[in-house]
Amino acid sequence: MINDAAVADPAYRSFVSYIDKSRDFYAAHGYEHPYRWTTNDQSPFTSLRKPLAESRIGLITTALPLDLPDDVDLETLPIESTFALPLDPPPDRLFTQTRDWDKEATHTNDLDSFFPIHRLQELVEIGRIGSISPRFYGIPTEYSQRRTIESDAPQLLSLMRDDGVDIAMLVPL
Amino acid sequence: MSLAARHLESNGIPTVICGSARDIVEQASVPRFLFTDFPLGNPMGKPYDKGMQQEITGMALDLFEISRFPRTTVQTPFTWGDDQWRRDYMRVDNSNREELRRAGELRKMQQARRKAEGRIRSQ
Repeated sequence: MINDAAVADPAYRSFVSYIDKSRDFYAAHGYEHPYRWTTNDQSPFTSLRKPLAESRIGLITTALPLDLPDDVDLETLPIESTFALPLDPPPDRLFTQTRDWDKEATHTNDLDSFFPIHRLQELVEIGRIGSISPRFYGIPTEYSQRRTIESDAPQLLSLMRDDGVDIAMLVPL
Repeated sequence: MSLAARHLESNGIPTVICGSARDIVEQASVPRFLFTDFPLGNPMGKPYDKGMQQEITGMALDLFEISRFPRTTVQTPFTWGDDQWRRDYMRVDNSNREELRRAGELRKMQQARRKAEGRIRSQ
């Protein structure tokens, strides 16, 4: 059966639909109403105000700024919030266990595989970008879109403006 | 993340999202999206593959310069190596249906307890 082979199945779209997968997965958990994902047919757009070589970049993650072992009791974690924390020095690790990523296929032990701080520093050194914001940022992966729109996103904007950020790189896990 | 990108962009900060959940990001409509077709968890490149991470980070920056309009998706050229993860992640079939049902019950109990104890985000 072709589905058992470790190759893409030509009878299906090549990339995974996480909307389809998560809908079926949580239905199997007994959640009757499927999640209704953000759906828009238009997007805002802002052009660069200045060259990249003069721009300050802000890096945003969905990981948590906690140095905890992977097997920590998730029930003991603090309530999440939007944050900005100093990047000097960069964190040794970020906590990712509460996020839905593929814990069987891969791992997040290498920070730069999802939080490319050292790769960005290299690009600053060669002058590709002007600078990195002195702080990095995080926002919760919030079930409530209203809370993201009314609370987390405006807080994030305010934090980045405080730091004079020109461009933003957002890396969800 | 998509909603945050849209908010920043609307307020004058150009954004790029680097991710692996293509349908979710594209359905939300974002200004710039760099897609890497990997299992969720390493959207900036395979762990400890510095060369790949440099390429992907560089492509994300390039996107600021080459995009002329919103909803621009660029796909990186990298492949994971095998495709087993596409089938296995969040798999639901007869072998695990009962296990998932029980996990759901446990999860609902935990959610109810967190709510009762006030350990959820407030309005």
